[in-house]
Amino acid sequence: MAAVPSQFPPPVDSPDEFVKRELDPEDERIEVGVAIVGGGPAGLACANRLLQLIAEDGALAEQLGEVPVAVVEKGKACGAHNLSGAVMNPSALRELFPDMDESEWPTQLEVEKESVYWMLSSKLALPLWPVPPPFRNHGNVVVSVAELSRWLAEKAEEAGAYILTETSAQQLLVEDGVVRGVRSGDKGRGKEGEPLGNFEPGSDLVARATVLAEGTWGHLTGAAIREFDLGAGREPQVWALGVKEVWEVEKPLDRVIHTLGWPLRYGAKWQEFGGSWIYPMADNRVSIGFVAGLDHTDAEMSVHDVLQQFKGHKRVRRILEGGKRVAWGAKAIPEGGYWAMPKLSAPGVVLAGDSGGMVNVPRLKGLHYAIHAGILAADAIYRALKNGSTDLRAYEEMVEESAIGTDLYETRNMKQPFGRGFFVGGAITNAMVVTKGRFPGGRWKNHRDADAPVFRGGKSRKYPKPDGRYTFDKLSSVFITGNATRDDAPNHIRVQKDVPRELAEAWVWMCPAGVYELPEDAPQEGPVDLIVNYTNCVQCGAITAKGGRLTPPEGGDGPLYQIT
Amino acid sequence: MSDILVYVLHYQGELNKNSLGAVSEGARLAGELGGEAHAIVVGDGDDLTEDLAASLGSYGAAKVFRARAPEGLAQPVVDAMAKVMTDNGHTYALFGGGLLGFEVGAGLAARLGAGVTMEVTEVDVQDGKLVASRPILQDSKISKSRYKERGVIIGRLNAFEAKESGGGAAAVEDVEVELSPQATKATMVERGEQRGEDVDIEGADVLVAGGRGLGKAEGFGLCEELATAMGGAVAATRAVVDAGWYPYSTQIGQTGKTVAPKLYLAAGISGAIQHKVGMQSSENIVAINKDSNAPIFEFSDLGIVGDLNKILPKLTEAVKAKKGG
Amino acid sequence: MKICVLVKEVPDAAVEKRIDTSTGRMDRSGEKNLNPFDTHAIEAAMQIKEGGAVPVEEVVAVTMGPESAVRALHKAVSLGADRSVHLSDEALAGSDVAATGYALAKTLERESPDLVLLGQQSDDGECYTIGAVVAEHLGMPSLTQVIQIDVEEGKLRCERQAEYGYDTVAVELPAVISVGDAINEPRYPSLKAIMGAKKKPLDGLAAADAGIDASKVGADGSMVDCGDFTDPPQKEPGQIIEDEDTAETVEKIVAWLEERKLLS
Repeated sequence: MAAVPSQFPPPVDSPDEFVKRELDPEDERIEVGVAIVGGGPAGLACANRLLQLIAEDGALAEQLGEVPVAVVEKGKACGAHNLSGAVMNPSALRELFPDMDESEWPTQLEVEKESVYWMLSSKLALPLWPVPPPFRNHGNVVVSVAELSRWLAEKAEEAGAYILTETSAQQLLVEDGVVRGVRSGDKGRGKEGEPLGNFEPGSDLVARATVLAEGTWGHLTGAAIREFDLGAGREPQVWALGVKEVWEVEKPLDRVIHTLGWPLRYGAKWQEFGGSWIYPMADNRVSIGFVAGLDHTDAEMSVHDVLQQFKGHKRVRRILEGGKRVAWGAKAIPEGGYWAMPKLSAPGVVLAGDSGGMVNVPRLKGLHYAIHAGILAADAIYRALKNGSTDLRAYEEMVEESAIGTDLYETRNMKQPFGRGFFVGGAITNAMVVTKGRFPGGRWKNHRDADAPVFRGGKSRKYPKPDGRYTFDKLSSVFITGNATRDDAPNHIRVQKDVPRELAEAWVWMCPAGVYELPEDAPQEGPVDLIVNYTNCVQCGAITAKGGRLTPPEGGDGPLYQIT
Repeated sequence: MSDILVYVLHYQGELNKNSLGAVSEGARLAGELGGEAHAIVVGDGDDLTEDLAASLGSYGAAKVFRARAPEGLAQPVVDAMAKVMTDNGHTYALFGGGLLGFEVGAGLAARLGAGVTMEVTEVDVQDGKLVASRPILQDSKISKSRYKERGVIIGRLNAFEAKESGGGAAAVEDVEVELSPQATKATMVERGEQRGEDVDIEGADVLVAGGRGLGKAEGFGLCEELATAMGGAVAATRAVVDAGWYPYSTQIGQTGKTVAPKLYLAAGISGAIQHKVGMQSSENIVAINKDSNAPIFEFSDLGIVGDLNKILPKLTEAVKAKKGG
Repeated sequence: MKICVLVKEVPDAAVEKRIDTSTGRMDRSGEKNLNPFDTHAIEAAMQIKEGGAVPVEEVVAVTMGPESAVRALHKAVSLGADRSVHLSDEALAGSDVAATGYALAKTLERESPDLVLLGQQSDDGECYTIGAVVAEHLGMPSLTQVIQIDVEEGKLRCERQAEYGYDTVAVELPAVISVGDAINEPRYPSLKAIMGAKKKPLDGLAAADAGIDASKVGADGSMVDCGDFTDPPQKEPGQIIEDEDTAETVEKIVAWLEERKLLS
């Protein structure tokens, strides 16, 4: 018995709910120069770059008024909802702050050694030598993206940006086919959406140009793509889910490690594409995470539990022995590559970073592209503002011609072959790597994650029972993210009611935060109305890939990531 | 050789049990210091009789000071205690847990220029001085306070156990207190009003808490009966409050109340950390759950793996029999 | 009437609180936020101002803390305070609750408030009484854990839950009132207010400006030493009973409860 998630779409009407077509009267609006949605690397790089340009241009500064740059961030602080491995190419920081000494960068450490292992079983690991090209990271640096965002936010604030944390962007303001800004989310609504005693409605943030840098699950990005048909002629976007932990360990790790293989299965029918990373950080810490594509077919696939299982591997246990878990988090990653990038601009708006699908899947890189894109967005907007125009198409060319376009084009077909299984996929992708993408060429299609049928495949039998020392359950993991959403908040997750049992179970396993729960009286076959514990949600975005829809909760809700 | 002055709260002719605990504790510590523990009671009603004051001797007070001043407010007590301590040279002031104790202790520390510690769970004597321990950072660590000169020690609720020392009636000394200007500016209009609906979850000695394992809202009937039999109150987890089975005012946990009763009986509660942080400091934790893997069994003092629908009613009967018989 | 609200910047509730072993004090790096109880105090001030029973000329937010504490003041202002005062000085670092109360009282003296409001406790200090210390130094009546305030000219009628039930107390102004979180539901600031917060007047004061005697503050001026951190005693693992014969199980439970004197 299998169920196809996309046949049970979430109750959402994007153009109606997420686009606002009439602006508030002038005295109720908030006018800013440029509105940037998302306080992550892309958005903050854009903010910093814009302010650099404005500092040199008094005339424009006057034009833009009191608030030249406003960054809207739904987390409690910038970085609160950021999570990544991460090994970053520092070229982007060099470009953003050319006069800054490298010692000031918020990096954890420089990559020295690297290893790739093919995990054959829970005990055996085959080192791949020489290290396959996509995994070579010499010259790159290990960072915590949450820390990086905090640092970028500080710099932006010093330069004059208004960083509006705890503020969600709920609707796109569109007037006569031009994006005029965003509307911030309401606060103080109750469980059924009813206004409570301290209800505070959102405001229209009206701007001359808007940047959508919302990360992997752009809520307004989705709305913009619908509104302006930015997905036309492109492959659908697909995602993977990454679950990560940070550990304090006894012996410092001396190398950057990537693995493939166990505990993922090789057969094409499972569609289990992914692997792990283990990166050293400063102060004897280690970042360890597991990533797997969300088009997996086994309803019992749970990346959180796979990570717990993975930590039982002999080699991994050696690294974590005597250590202590200090952080946990989860986030989806766009893996559609070049062909899935949407059109990156519409009148008055541009998309930057993960929102625009700017992730190089084989190389596992997205941070420096996000920062580059932010810089390019700032440059394009600057020019348009000088000309009094809302036409930002120049940005699309700039991205195409930059390293973002070049690198993503080269790796444009490298994930899709894995749809044929690990070995066939691996062989094909290898050929692509060697020929820099030329062979076999063409355009390989993406299949929507939600179109993959799910069935019970028994993966959960191997998941370890949490021991509270090396392996952990979902609820205690959510707890250490600092997630403490109020209990009477409205439900921000949209899923259909009464779905087949296999789909219900798929959602229950998939969610790393334990949001979905089967009611005790759920029938073994037939429609299930899931319990949605939405206050556990860490806003990773996986549900949107697999047939539901994550919308932004009240600003300030969700995790408070600090070193993920 | 140091003396300790212990504040004793009273109401309608009865002495507060936390205060009695403080007197017992004060007597024990004074013994080790080679000094005396004295008590002080403050009030302006007829119920503050000499006998009532003298009865503190049986808890170890060597002497009791009695001051006539408005009741139920902190600042007159600050005036009384400051005078007594200044005239008689007590080195330490000791309070049992409770709101007035906090207010008086803090004001007294400011008046005397003394060091003050609150939420104290333990007091020891080291090198002829008192050292007070208190939990900090959500009970994850203990910090010890040492005083440069005088010390004001305010206990956590239920930290000190009242023990009769076998002493006879204490001498009672009446004290004249001149009230400071601020002490005359607050007037009690009505004291101790009971408001039916509000059950004091945080002050209850016994809590019977119900979770999803009860199966349905009616399951709380079982908890209520047991709670009544034990003289306690009923509490709930977030999940069942969300489901509308019980009111939010009884919710325990990360997004509810934090409690530390003498007994926390958890029925049908899994013990996820979001709940645990609200009750982990309870003195005794008893858990009933049909799932032997429930996390609550990892930190309960007594865990019963079984069906609460069978166990709770029988337990209620047995408790009633014990208490009634 | 002039209302001063004492606010404090504390580590966010989500941050794992630890002791910085090098200084022996709480590690205050990491995300910080306005003490949640203080938002209730600001809301109470705003409700008095908007209630109209007594005219309120201004609401002033006051804090003692390092440089980063300005954020708590910005938040207070975005919630409605008219201006703020920031007491900051190296000499104040390491002050205990009594020394902090003294320093705040000196700062408040300069403002001559009619009413001082504050949250009854802070997330990090876990003390419940700084209001009482401040009041003592200012010579004002004080009440803590207040959950209802009614204002008339020159006086207040306050309700609070004490050991024996709810007390209603009449208090003459000027007074220091610490509020409990049950007093109100704080408002959310509007975006406009958040963005305008930085423009409201902010006075920075050093200890000397407030007439604070340095010998009474800081780690040296504090009369109590709170170092020496230890871990709480490990709990003994509990006993588990598998229920087969319920009558027998219940007997065991009752015996266990009696042993611990929980059935008296």
